[in-house]
Amino acid sequence: MRKTLVFLLCLTPLALLVFRGARQELGANPIEFITHATGDWTLRFLLLTLAVTPARRLLKTPGLIRYRRMLGLFAFFYGTLHLATYVWLDKFFDLPEMLKDVAKRRFITAGALALLVMTPLAITSTKGWIRRLGGRNWQRLHRLVYLSAAAGVVHYWWLVKSDIREPAAYAVALVALLGFRAATLSLRQPVGSR
Amino acid sequence: MPIRHSEVTPRSVYLNRRGFLAGAAAKFATPGKSPLSTTETPTPYQDVTTYNNFYEFGTDKSQPAQRAHTLITSPWSVTIEGLVARPRIIDIDEILKLAPLEERIYRMRCVEGWSMVIPWVGFSLSELIKRVEPLSKARYVAFESFYNSKQMPGAGGAGIPFPYVEGLRMDEALNPLTLLSVGLYGDLLPKQNGAPVRIVVPWKYGFKSIKSIARIRFVEKEPPTTWSRSNAREYGFYSNVNPKVDHPRWSQAKERRIGEFFKRDTLPFNGYGAQTASMYDGMDLRKYY
Repeated sequence: MRKTLVFLLCLTPLALLVFRGARQELGANPIEFITHATGDWTLRFLLLTLAVTPARRLLKTPGLIRYRRMLGLFAFFYGTLHLATYVWLDKFFDLPEMLKDVAKRRFITAGALALLVMTPLAITSTKGWIRRLGGRNWQRLHRLVYLSAAAGVVHYWWLVKSDIREPAAYAVALVALLGFRAATLSLRQPVGSR
Repeated sequence: MPIRHSEVTPRSVYLNRRGFLAGAAAKFATPGKSPLSTTETPTPYQDVTTYNNFYEFGTDKSQPAQRAHTLITSPWSVTIEGLVARPRIIDIDEILKLAPLEERIYRMRCVEGWSMVIPWVGFSLSELIKRVEPLSKARYVAFESFYNSKQMPGAGGAGIPFPYVEGLRMDEALNPLTLLSVGLYGDLLPKQNGAPVRIVVPWKYGFKSIKSIARIRFVEKEPPTTWSRSNAREYGFYSNVNPKVDHPRWSQAKERRIGEFFKRDTLPFNGYGAQTASMYDGMDLRKYY
């Protein structure tokens, strides 16, 4: 029940986008609007996914783990929409042009990397894959989410022309979330857990 | 299927609006249509006035329309100085009467890869220039936007220095296409579009067409420009529209005309090559981008 609610909540950004699109309220450049909205939500869901572990600790709510997979998959979902917008509405399936973009434009290289890295994580997000890989290996693989999130923030940072406030805000959030992990890791070290 | 402008804004609405403005505001006697105008359908007024890059009011393109009301455009004067025989401070009311106003429908290509067709009102900048009599040493014209952090509260985080400055070579400034604009769609310029006076240089990327001008200086050397000062590798002094020279971060081969679904090919000099290309004969346009 609660999970369904979270699921629907995660779909709200898309629903709003469709709703506003149907009412022609996406501004003068709807395709740019869709590109930015799907990109923003990819980053937000990535950061939300990364916030689950710190939130469990700090708020003493271990039950939050139940939502982590869903949040991660929504990051992948919005990332895929973002890519589809680029491939279809921006480049109209012009493959050579897209390959040129990935090779030549470093912000696109970073974005492509972020989504590429997310793909195996989405695929192996099921219980079956956790079993097949083994918990330890699965966890190791899924640390790639740090790389994906970092590449996503860099992608945004390299895209803006001069106003870096928004990508900087994402970067600060990411550094805080990764910093939390580094801090708890070094705190745990002396206890000799590993 | 491409969406035609005519489907977006019914022509009758556009014409009605202009009829209404002519009756109500009567700011301009109906300006004559310039032969330099394109016959392409203008981008809807709504889009022209709500999708703007005017970083003094914020870097989101919807922000200038929401915030620019704080700009005080009356009284307004433009200081003309430097290498001219008749330096002076000229009032906006005088500028409005300096030469017959024309409607100039120009394509506008933004460096970001989108474009519009805008029915400007104004006259060639050369009309102003010849009246102040530049000295022979004057080879460039430097422009400076008005800047006031109280009236322009969005400027803080824009990441570029203000006041915004731009420049043209003298022959570019004197080119008949270079427009000193005071209006669009038959009315005074909305503040977000650079009221009360701006220039429009249709064969160059949009950022060259400086808004809300406070100062025009005639100089001997190439003047600094805001975007090339902030990132010289990406934005050059000339910034002529050129589908063959990519912006380092994106291709300039195509553009999205606002209101259209499919992209169209970008034309050299934004389609104004016949009137402008000869000014750059012998110049390597990859070097002087």
